[in-house]
Amino acid sequence: MSAFTVEELFQIMRECAGEEEAVDLADAAEQEFALLGYDSLALMEAISRVERGLGIALPEETVGEVLTPAAFVDVVNAELARSAPVVEAAG
Amino acid sequence: MTARRVVITGLGVIAPGGIGTKAFWERIVSGVSATRTITAFDASGFRSRMAAECDFDGVRSGLTVRDTARLDRATQFAVVAAREALADSGIEIDERNAHRTGVSLGSAVGCTQKLEEEYVARSDGGQRWLVDHAAGTPYLYDYFVPSSMAAEVAWEAGAEGPAALVSAGCTSGLDSLGHALDLIREGAVDIMIAGGSDAPIAPITVACFDAIKATSPRNDTPEHASRPFDRTRSGFVLGEGAAVLVLEERESALRRGAQIYAEIAGYAGRANAHHMTGLRPDGLEMSAAITGALDDARIDREAVGYVNAHGTATRQNDIHETAAIKHSLGEHARRVPVSSIKAVIGHSLGAVGSIEAVASALVIRHGVVPPTAGLHEPDPQLDLDYVPLTARDQATDTVLTVGSGFGGFQSAMVLTSAEGGRS
Amino acid sequence: MSAATVVTGIGVLAPNGIGAEEFWAATLRAESGIGRITRFEPASYPSRLAGEVTGFSAREHLPSRLVPQTDRTTQFALTGSEWALRDSGLSADSLPAGERGVVTASASGGFEFGQRELGHLWGKDPRHVSAYMSFAWFYAVNSGQISIRHDLRGPTGVLVTDQAGGLDAVAQARRRIRKGTPVMLSGGMDASLCPYGLAAQISAGMLSESDDPARAYRPFDPAADGHVPGEGGAILTLEDGERARARGARSHGEISGYAATFDPRPGSGRPANLDRAIRGALADAGLSPRDIAFVLADGAGEPEPDRAEARALTDVFGPRGVPVTVPKSMTGRLYAGAAPLDLVTALFALRDGVVPPTVHVDGPDPAYDIDLVTGSARPVRGDAALVLARGRGGFNSAMVVRRPSAA
Repeated sequence: MSAFTVEELFQIMRECAGEEEAVDLADAAEQEFALLGYDSLALMEAISRVERGLGIALPEETVGEVLTPAAFVDVVNAELARSAPVVEAAG
Repeated sequence: MTARRVVITGLGVIAPGGIGTKAFWERIVSGVSATRTITAFDASGFRSRMAAECDFDGVRSGLTVRDTARLDRATQFAVVAAREALADSGIEIDERNAHRTGVSLGSAVGCTQKLEEEYVARSDGGQRWLVDHAAGTPYLYDYFVPSSMAAEVAWEAGAEGPAALVSAGCTSGLDSLGHALDLIREGAVDIMIAGGSDAPIAPITVACFDAIKATSPRNDTPEHASRPFDRTRSGFVLGEGAAVLVLEERESALRRGAQIYAEIAGYAGRANAHHMTGLRPDGLEMSAAITGALDDARIDREAVGYVNAHGTATRQNDIHETAAIKHSLGEHARRVPVSSIKAVIGHSLGAVGSIEAVASALVIRHGVVPPTAGLHEPDPQLDLDYVPLTARDQATDTVLTVGSGFGGFQSAMVLTSAEGGRS
Repeated sequence: MSAATVVTGIGVLAPNGIGAEEFWAATLRAESGIGRITRFEPASYPSRLAGEVTGFSAREHLPSRLVPQTDRTTQFALTGSEWALRDSGLSADSLPAGERGVVTASASGGFEFGQRELGHLWGKDPRHVSAYMSFAWFYAVNSGQISIRHDLRGPTGVLVTDQAGGLDAVAQARRRIRKGTPVMLSGGMDASLCPYGLAAQISAGMLSESDDPARAYRPFDPAADGHVPGEGGAILTLEDGERARARGARSHGEISGYAATFDPRPGSGRPANLDRAIRGALADAGLSPRDIAFVLADGAGEPEPDRAEARALTDVFGPRGVPVTVPKSMTGRLYAGAAPLDLVTALFALRDGVVPPTVHVDGPDPAYDIDLVTGSARPVRGDAALVLARGRGGFNSAMVVRRPSAA
């Protein structure tokens, strides 16, 4: 499965929480969600959509602990790697 | 004109673990939690699968079979609690005082349970946007606009003065009493049937709180899931229930020789203008509500002998509320017992403020403070006297009860003993 | 306690006009906003007409953050409150946040949002329910969102009394002003024209089944056969009269009297109580019936409640004793939004000395004995008007407004 990207995350954030006109997306990945104008509700809505879209469950602590888009993407990719089906050994 | 004062002359309660005022009081003093795995529906697909449910049977509580089919569960609670309160007060509402009697009922989610049931029936289980208009009950409008709940209580009481449903989320049950206080004080009425009722234990409401992770996910120990002010608290446990109070103008209550549980001496509500579901940690708006209620009561903060806390056991609330109590009561906050009964009865949204007002009146009557059940491990951040686990004998004639809810609303009410409490 | 409460700002979203002056101009032209429902295909329903607010785009009026988390009801309320504040000339920093509050009426909350999320829950699974659902459909949502948007940290509240709620909310705001809060926003909006909302309204048997926009809602007409639902409403900026005058604010008029009553249980044999609400509101305003220039009636558009309302009016004012009109006939019934919109109409009618007509009615049932304003707007003289609002189940509210007193 291909990795989840910051661009995909921002697409989802825009759909479920509107867009921040004043933000320069180039360095937005490292800025805190709060500074980008996304509150905890927006984050929960985004988590829910990412979980449904990718068929994964992110850790409960994600809302409180993941502060930036880059960190969010890392958590998603870690979960994708963890839940990816292991190829069984032949035999 | 001398100020008109408002007293409580009758109580009625439907609560988890106790139908009726007496059973309710015994339950909260015992500290035995009524939270359990949800039985109202199959909650296995949900994040939080626990609730504090009422073992309520409308017919056994005196409603007709027809009314139990027609009325949403929350309306049934309200009508039954109103009957108990009216009987308890001994007041007769008839053609002499019907126009001087009003109704103010609080509810956060109204008739949601019936709305959901009807939706499922009319949409083929959620498959159709163009729902069937003809398939279900003829009473759908009464669920659509929940002022029907206040109407049922008014009909039950025979009240013909102003009637309203107050729906300010989880402060509804305090705000409805505040509204009643206003109407009696200003002379619009002499008697108010006032309270709160909610029956939110249904899939849609459980899913809502799941979606924002507000409820506790501690499904393996449902009876110990709600832990107000505890270091390990993990969210609230949903509850349901109702409380209805008969409120009367003090002089006329005294004239008819009514029993008086307590006086409602002051009330204030404030918006925090911060966030629909989040709270500022400093608790300044709740503090403003508390100060406003004390000012309204013309009572000094040092007189407060017990604080009935909102105490939902969410991380945020308990911090916010502790800060608010400290800010508004100052040094006195460290001396006054503070407890939350939500570990026992759960969080019944728009009902709980009224249920807690009843608890507050009974604290004054019995001189006993109910404990904060579920508080085993103190949180170092939270440093008030939360009366953990065991009830405490404590005579007091002034109680503060507070509430907080979605939308950013905070409310506070001051109750005093019938004999005084005010300077 | 006797301090005057004045209206210094108005925000309107109505089926026949977006914006207060646009609405008023359309109303004076007797322009109806009623038509076939366009928000969904209504062919399968027996009632297919509504007063829709057309040409409203939430994105034009709200920050994009707020659009996904709000029902149309709340989008109206936020827009209306923005306009009501702008109209009042109050700036965000003109007084401390704790000295301004908000009380709104709601009838059915953010119902379209609710239907959509019920669909996500039952048509899919619990994980598809939006994080915003926890507040977007509950009745308190508009007061909450308005308080956050405009930093109102004073008293707050939400009242639900069906179509009477708008007056009850304004009365509650007036109480808060009398107790010392200088500025309150109040009023109501509703927008439940989604399929489930329409089904709920159909279930009560109060909707007309006519497909002719000119015949579907005819209050006090001998052939009245129900009403048309609508959406929208009004938000008002209310202020303490002294404070408003001191800051040189323009006043649209005064909220000067109010009372509410509840009818006895149907079949009890006891009389209805609308007349008591009217008398109570007049007494509260310190006025007598002859001081009232005109009445904006509730105008249910069904024989039984029309007759009851006409009886209360003739009881208090005498037969044909006062001009009566129902501008709702141009918008449909807007639930919690109806009465605040009527307050706006009453204030503008007093200001301009002209009462808009009840459209689509040639003449009222002669048995009602009321002086219904029909056809076109009618000039009136006077300083005060009465607005009536009634809610299903027996809620009666009455409010008296006066034109601005000469400063």
